[in-house]
Amino acid sequence: MIGHPSTEQPGIRSFATTSAAGTQAVATALAGLVRAGDLLVLCGDLGAGKTAFTQGFGRALGVTAPITSPTFTLANRYQGEELTVHHLDVYRLAHIDEVRDLGLHELVDDRSVTVIEWGDAIAGALPGGYLEVRLALGDGPDDRLVGLRTVGAEWSDREVALLALEPAAVDENLDGTDAPC
Amino acid sequence: MGDPSPGNTILGVETSCDETAIAVVERASVVRSSVVSSQVKQHAEFGGVVPEIAGRAHVRELVPVLAEALATAGIDNAIGPDGVDAVAATTGPGLVGSLLVGVSAAKALSLVWGVPFVSVNHLEAHLYASFLEEPDLELPLVVLLVSGGHTMLVLMEGHGRYRLLGSTLDDAAGEAYDKVARYLGLGYPGGPAIDALAVDGDPTAFDYPRALVQENPDTLPDDRRYAFSFSGLKTAVVNHVRNEPDAPTADVAASFQAAVVDALVTKARWAVEATGAVGACLGGGVAANSLLRDRFAGMCSEAGVRPFVPSRAMCTDNAAMVAAAGWWRLQSDGPSPLDVGADPNLALPLIN
Repeated sequence: MIGHPSTEQPGIRSFATTSAAGTQAVATALAGLVRAGDLLVLCGDLGAGKTAFTQGFGRALGVTAPITSPTFTLANRYQGEELTVHHLDVYRLAHIDEVRDLGLHELVDDRSVTVIEWGDAIAGALPGGYLEVRLALGDGPDDRLVGLRTVGAEWSDREVALLALEPAAVDENLDGTDAPC
Repeated sequence: MGDPSPGNTILGVETSCDETAIAVVERASVVRSSVVSSQVKQHAEFGGVVPEIAGRAHVRELVPVLAEALATAGIDNAIGPDGVDAVAATTGPGLVGSLLVGVSAAKALSLVWGVPFVSVNHLEAHLYASFLEEPDLELPLVVLLVSGGHTMLVLMEGHGRYRLLGSTLDDAAGEAYDKVARYLGLGYPGGPAIDALAVDGDPTAFDYPRALVQENPDTLPDDRRYAFSFSGLKTAVVNHVRNEPDAPTADVAASFQAAVVDALVTKARWAVEATGAVGACLGGGVAANSLLRDRFAGMCSEAGVRPFVPSRAMCTDNAAMVAAAGWWRLQSDGPSPLDVGADPNLALPLIN
């Protein structure tokens, strides 16, 4: 991982991807491990692909509606096949008080999975353990490093499964919606 | 047009984002007053609208803005014969904490004054902004609606009859402006900052991607033909500046703006050509952008349709457009029940 900043604690796993579709394949594989009540925290710079990741993740859970950036509305809700997907963006929240206003404790229930963009900034206010997905820009324009780290008990029992995670190979020509034409 | 039946003097209330606005409009065509109190400065240090700050500011601003709107309209007694006939408020989409302030106030006024309450969709209000300034617009009309939260092409076939041609697959155009401006250190709001800086830059300096834009629209699948995508463009700018930190910021701004406007205007042209619309108009906050206004008007002339570009004040959030849309909704659907709540994800009512 030379050339990439290290996080406070080492992650359990990382994937180097070369396209938005490749990043979304990691999201698809992860979707196979989620349970109701799960929390995913996405972090990474502007343009790292947090929304693109969520698009792949939601599609894998059976969301058919288009998943768009939640920056403006702060919280979007999508119905998947079995789970509801809450997609939050805390980019503009200035205070922890405002995070409370989002009602995270009420969103995280036994019928849904919650994805929070920029969630690392509010780690202290999160209602429980979570899986951190850190997206870092790589050397090439579409290169990304996707790092996974578990925080708390909710995900620690799935570390073996995370270590065995095998994202499907992708056809680089069939890219996600982010692909410039 | 409905004569006095449900009443023609509409008080509009708009608090969906960061402007507290109240207006009095007659028959969806005569603006008697339109007061807008903007919170832009209060949000600038955070690089975007901060929900709790917005909610509190709406609470603080609402009563003075209401008083000014009534006074400017010359209404001394709202319940008198020359008073207000209905109260219309934006119920969504928007920030829920902000919407609730305006919706609650409008319902309270409706109860106190004993006049109907009308729920208005913010996006529909933007569609009516053009009609307010140009009541003779002919239908069908292609509307390019671009703001911080939305980017869509709508075919307006009749009053209240909308067909969604396409919308953004990821970021709204205004959101891309805000995020790129923040990355470039230009401050908030990003649109005016980039627009101003782009004047001194070379729009051809850097060839940023125009997503989903091709020579021939027919080569795109139906669900992508009028769709937009600005996330890849945002990433391309970030990548470029990261790799070439000395790139002149004015050139980056101008090239970014050229890519956004190219995508918007190209798709609007395709929509005009494919739908047989007789006119095309702009709406939403990004419609205040100078390059977009020029290029959009030019495109309409080339395509042989009548363009309408509303004044900048009518493009950005205001309550006159809410009152206008409310008047039309009152004619078609009558008053809204008072249990209609604020809905942050309210969709435009479509025919399909």
